[in-house]
Parts: sequence; structure tokens; C-alpha cells
Amino acid sequence: MEFSTAGAPHLPPGNRVDRIMRRVLYALIPGILAHWLVFGWGIVFQLTVAVGFALLFEWLMLRARQRPVRVFLSDYSVVVTAVLFALCMPPLAPWWVAAVGMLFAVVIAKHLYGGLGYNLFNPTMVGVAAVIIAFPVELSLWLAPRSVSPGLPGFLDTARAILTGSTGHLDYDAITRATPLDLLRTGAMDQLRTPEIQQDAVFSRFGAAGWDWIVLAYLAGGLWLLQQGVIRWQAPTGVILTTLLVGSLLWLSGTDVYPSPSLQLFAGSLVLAAFFIVTDPVSGSATPRGRLIFGIGVALITLAIRQWGGFPDGVAFGVLLMNMFVPLIDRYTQPRVYGVRR
Amino acid sequence: MSQAAAGLRLHGFHGGLAMAGQRQVSLEVPLAAADVPERIYVPIGQHQGRPGDLLVAPGERVLGGQALTSSEDDFEVPAHAPCSGKIVGLCERPASHPPGSLRRCIEIIPDGLDEWAPPTPLDDWATRPPGEIIDHLRSMGLVGLGGAMFPTAAKLRGPWAAIHTLILNGAECEPWISCDETLMRTRSEAVIRGGRILAAAVAAERVIIAVEEDMAGIAAGLEKALAARDSGVEIHIAEVPPVYPQGGERQLIETLTGLQVPSDGLPQDIGLLVHNVATAAAAFDAVEIGRPLTERIVTVTGPGIQRPCNLRAAVGTPIAHLVTAAGGYREGVQRLILGGPMSGTALPSDEVVLTKGSHCVLALTERELAPKPEPMPCINCGECVAVCPASLMPQLLFRALAADRHEHARDLSLLECIECGCCAEVCPSHIPLVDFYRHGKARLRVKDLDHRRAALAKRRYEAREERLAQEQAEREARRRARAERLQKAEAARDEIQAAIERARAKKRAGD
Repeated sequence: MEFSTAGAPHLPPGNRVDRIMRRVLYALIPGILAHWLVFGWGIVFQLTVAVGFALLFEWLMLRARQRPVRVFLSDYSVVVTAVLFALCMPPLAPWWVAAVGMLFAVVIAKHLYGGLGYNLFNPTMVGVAAVIIAFPVELSLWLAPRSVSPGLPGFLDTARAILTGSTGHLDYDAITRATPLDLLRTGAMDQLRTPEIQQDAVFSRFGAAGWDWIVLAYLAGGLWLLQQGVIRWQAPTGVILTTLLVGSLLWLSGTDVYPSPSLQLFAGSLVLAAFFIVTDPVSGSATPRGRLIFGIGVALITLAIRQWGGFPDGVAFGVLLMNMFVPLIDRYTQPRVYGVRR
Repeated sequence: MSQAAAGLRLHGFHGGLAMAGQRQVSLEVPLAAADVPERIYVPIGQHQGRPGDLLVAPGERVLGGQALTSSEDDFEVPAHAPCSGKIVGLCERPASHPPGSLRRCIEIIPDGLDEWAPPTPLDDWATRPPGEIIDHLRSMGLVGLGGAMFPTAAKLRGPWAAIHTLILNGAECEPWISCDETLMRTRSEAVIRGGRILAAAVAAERVIIAVEEDMAGIAAGLEKALAARDSGVEIHIAEVPPVYPQGGERQLIETLTGLQVPSDGLPQDIGLLVHNVATAAAAFDAVEIGRPLTERIVTVTGPGIQRPCNLRAAVGTPIAHLVTAAGGYREGVQRLILGGPMSGTALPSDEVVLTKGSHCVLALTERELAPKPEPMPCINCGECVAVCPASLMPQLLFRALAADRHEHARDLSLLECIECGCCAEVCPSHIPLVDFYRHGKARLRVKDLDHRRAALAKRRYEAREERLAQEQAEREARRRARAERLQKAEAARDEIQAAIERARAKKRAGD
């Protein structure tokens, strides 16, 4: 009897790109829910707009590059990019912010560099960095979290604000609030002591009101990803331990000048980054030690930008700067090959 | 002596995969002997080494155990008749490796009498010098039964310094395969006594028999056999975790000793020697029973086989005959594999014959082979890095090879890849990584060969140039010498002429 032949291994592989991406999306569900509870309907529209533009750009670029559209649209990688982007946006940011962000993320950072697997820079972070620079005003206007707000805007009001970009129909001054990190930054510029700044109701005991719940939800999703083996421990550990350690050292060196390490962790997007962004395989390091170094670097740059830089939060820049070092890190953190002496 | 009592601490190796065993499938029925086929094709010459000269002629009747080919040195392993019958002659049969190749075989028509040549045990082997034991093992046709079929005598007799530990490899590690477990279950005594013989052949101080943790009752059975008979050499039984590729020689060594075999060396260089448990049992048969290696246990299994089982079968039996003995194929059988699903070779036909190294025949159906989705781009997830037992960076190797950068792949230690398939198995992008590595290695080999050829050609060219120059110089020297001689001769002639002239002048003056 004759048989067809093929190279070993003969078992079908057990994992799939789309499965990895879908699981990342599942892990973000608690964070999205917490975001909705704390800030209202904004996240729903942000997600819709970002995912919509991401899919549109992905489709256009796949067509332009003559790639199989169905295969690559169903790998969910662009959806992950868009969802992470939306989670970084203020709830009432007008739709064109997301459009521009996705243009940079999907068209430039991803496809112009060769598409899935070839991008040097994290697409989400390229998109976020682009809109931080292009729309500083829109990006600094956050809603006050539910616990401090006189009332979150309703579904239709939110839709109107995002679709028209005008907020005339809302009592804007009452419902918006600077983010904790913004407050820390402007306070420091006004020579205020950190404890004075933290009198503001937007701060909570160990972080920021409302934000801390979202961060805990990200943490829960991230731990699930770890437990499922979708991500590995090195990068998140690098980010979180460095933040706590360096944050503590700063804080101990001057509690009047520096925020507490728990505030560093719970007020910004470091936890989201630690589990969902720094763990991006394509633009991150692939060696175990490399991932740790990558995470440490992201945290260090982020803290430095928060403290001495020109932006309230620096995760996007931290990730992009560390992306540049990945080839170098990978080169010098290769594991020792079996039986080869160095 | 148990593993705990002896204080043997296990270490482990990097990466690997814990896989669903599927071993039970073929262990449900007891070991049976496959009946003798109508025709047997005994392969001559193994993967390594040369075939010996024929000792039999067409038409001749041979007895079971009779040598069919001669053996001049350790790399020439003799073949023996697995039963009595009539020699038809030499023929070519399809071989498993390389794919599509043919192997020379001696065709025998069994006569059904199963008459055997008198056994030739090596009496009092324990008091004989190691060289004699090794000679005897060679004459009995021993090769490594773990798959590579390396001549056992050549492995035992080498230029290396002292070997302190002999490791008997009973870790099957690939899913589906259960022949070594079956052997250890049915012949634990032979494994232990064969281990003593092999240890004596290299004067090793201790023997470690490695079995897998999930082989129920095997370690206990070996312990019992061990307790029944005590001897000089120290024997440990170690239960190793069932992680693929635990049965790989270098991985097993690292698990048991924590040492790594140098990449450019052999286990013997660090005082270790690894033999398959089946080779040990064959050594027992050869030395104590006096029976040459003519049969082995083979697992015939998989979803494409009616009655998966382990069979004792004669070397030279066509695979098709073994499949029939296991109840035949099932509906939907699609691929026939010699070896395990991770590193086995897909056979083009079941006419391939059983060799001494064939441990498993695996038949897979459409279901297991579900059409592989098109490969996606590598997303650098690093899963392959995590599982690579050689601690390579498979994704970087892939990128280098996909870009035809073979030298870069060499720098990334491509040649250290053991082709275990772990990386391809975990790759979420379904890239056929091992195919890339095999191809890349072949390219590097061709390149090195070209290099050597070019160097040789250059040397030849330079030698020729040198020779031509030398000939030229010699010709020149000869010409000069001749010219000189000529000149000298002319000078002499002139002198003679002058003397004659002078004499004439004298004469004239005298007149």
C-alpha cells in the first residue's frame, strides 16, 4: 500500500495565533467592565470607533499589499491593537482621535513595516504616542470617576460628544476632572507638596479613586493570561517590581516631592502595560532574560518621564524606546546552547 | 538498590514537551510473536558502517542464526538469518531513509522448519578481557536498537579514556511507542544481565537504568530482578519524568547527571556511555544464550491500526506483514510512520522492511492529520525558545533561513538542532520549522563540501603550478649544464687545436 509522506513532526500543532489573540481579548473583559462602571458609556464608543477604524485600515492595507484578507482579518491581532488603544483614551475623546491613532497604529506601525510579525514598534503605543502629540487637549480631558462625579453623561450625550466633538450640551466643567497623574504634574509645577496635591478627591487611599478598580481588573485579567500560559512572567514582573522598587526609593528620598509607589502603580496605565503591552511578542524580546530587561526598561523610562519629562504618563514612550533596544537585548540574552561552552 | 537509597539526584533538561502518552493503546494486549512471512528480506549494512561480504550463495539453505555476511571490523556488522530457509539472492527493497531510497537485502524463503544453528554463547564472559566480549557482540550482529543502529562494538571500543557510568535508556518519550516498556516488562532479567555485560565490556563502575515515571510497575519489576541476583557492578534504577525528548541521549544524560555532552564531542568524552535497554537485552541473548540479533520488539499502533500491539518480529519482515498481524489498517488511514509522531519518518509504502532499529510502526488517519492551516508569519512569541531542548532560538533560526542567510543560521548554532520537533509543535503560526532546519543543515553541508572541494582543487592547482615551475627550473638547469658542457668541450677542442697547431709549428720549425 502506498502512502503520502511529509516531514516530522506529524502531529498537528496545538496552538494558534487567533486563539492567543482571542484569549488576550477575554482577559481584557474585566478591565473594560470596570472602565464602564467607573467612567460610563465612553469606553463603549471608544471601542467601537477604534475597532471599526482598525478593521477598515487593516482591510485596506491587506488589499493594497495583496495579502489574504480573510486569514489576516480573522487573526484578531488588529482587534487587540484597537481595544488596547481604546482603553488608553479619555472616555469623551472625539472619534477622529481614534481614527488618527489607528491610522498610525495599523497603517504605519504595522503594515508599512511588513504586517503581522514584522513591526518593530508596538502598534498600539505608536497610535497612542501619535495622538498624545497631535491632540494634547483632547487627551488631557478625562471624566471624573463615578464616585466623585455629580453624574456621568448618559448614553446619548456620550454618543453626541464623541461623534460631534462638541461638549456644549454637557456641564463640562463639572463632569471632567484632571487625572491623578495630571494633578501630580501640574501640582509639582505650582511648587505644591505631594500630600497637598493628594487632598484632591480624585485620589484614594492607595491610588486613585475609580482608577484603582480598573487597575485591579487589568491585574486579574493579566494573572489569568499568565495562568493560561499565554504570556510569561518575566516582562510583567520586570515592570511591576521595578515600579515598586524605584517608586519606593523615590518616595523614601522625599515623600513631599514624589508620589507613593502604590500610586505610581495604580494611577496610570503601568499595570495595563505590564500584562498586555510589554508582553506583545512581536515588538518585545523573545528570550526569558530579555523580557525581564525589557520590562525593567519600560518601567524605568515611564517613571523618569512622569517625574522629569514633559508628559503626565510615559508608558507609550517607555515601550517605544525599549522597542528600539529589542534586537540588542535579544542578541546579548541568548540562552547558552546545549553543550556549547562560552 | 533503589534510586532514593542510592541518592541519585535527578536534574532535568531545558524545555521539552509533556505529551499525552497514548502508550496504553498498544499495551492492552500482551506481547505476541508475529508469524514468519512468506519472504524475508534481511537488510545488509546499517545506517552507519559498510555491509560485509556475502557468505551465502543463491539456492543455499541456511539455518536460523547463521551469519549471512562477514565482518572485518567494528563498523561492518554481520547479518544473520532469522529462520531456516532457502536463499533467493540479493535484492533491493524500499528503505525508510532517505525517503525513496533502496536498500540491499538478502531475500530468504523460510522453510517453516525453524531449524537453528547451534547457539554460541561466550562462556565465563565475566573472566574474559573486554575485547573478547566486544568481538563476540560484533559477531552476533549487535547494533543500537534505539533507532540509530550504530554498531555496538564500535561504540564500546573507542579511543576514549575511562567510562565510569553506563546508562541504559528505557525512556521512550514519544507518544504511542511502547516497545521498550514491553521489553522491560517481559524481560527485566535480560535487561539487567545484559547491562552487566555491557558494563563489563567498558569496565564501567555503575549502571543507571532510566525508565519513565508513568511506566507503571516497570521500575518495581526491575528492582525485583535486581534483588534476585546480586553482582559486583552498582546498578541504579532511575525514574525520569515523561517529557519529550527525554529519550534523546543528550537530554537523558543531562537529566541523570546534570552534565552536558560537549557539542563537538560524545558522551564517552565525559565518561558516559548510553545504550538502549533493548540493546542490553540483545547483549544478554548474544553472550549468555548465544543467539545472534535477528529479531526485535516493535510497536504497531495508531488510530489507523485495527489491533494495536507489540510484536516480536524477525528483522527483514515487511511492514505490511506486521500490519496484517495487528489486524490490518482501519478506514481512513493516511500516513504510515516508522518511529514516533514527533521525529519518525513517513514511509512511502508498507513494503519497507523491519530493520534492527525500527521500534515503532505508527498509522495515522485523516483525523490526527487534520489539514494543516497555512503558516502565518512568525510573531516572535518565544514559545519555541521555551521548549527547545538544545536551548536554541528557533524563531531567529527561522528568520535567518527564510532569508537564505545560512551562515547567520550557523552562527545561531543551527547545527546543534536535534530536530525533535518541539518548536514546530508549539508554534502558533504553524510554521514547518523543522523542515527549514533540515533544509538549512543540508545547505550548510553542501556548502562545506563545496568549500572542501574548492580547497582541494586549489591545493591541486598549486601543486601543479609548483610541479610545472620545478620542471621548468630543472629544464633550465639541464640546458645550462649542457651549454656549459658544450662550452667546455669547445674550449677543449680549441685547446687541442692549439696544441696541434703548436706541434705542427714545432714540426715545421724542426724540418
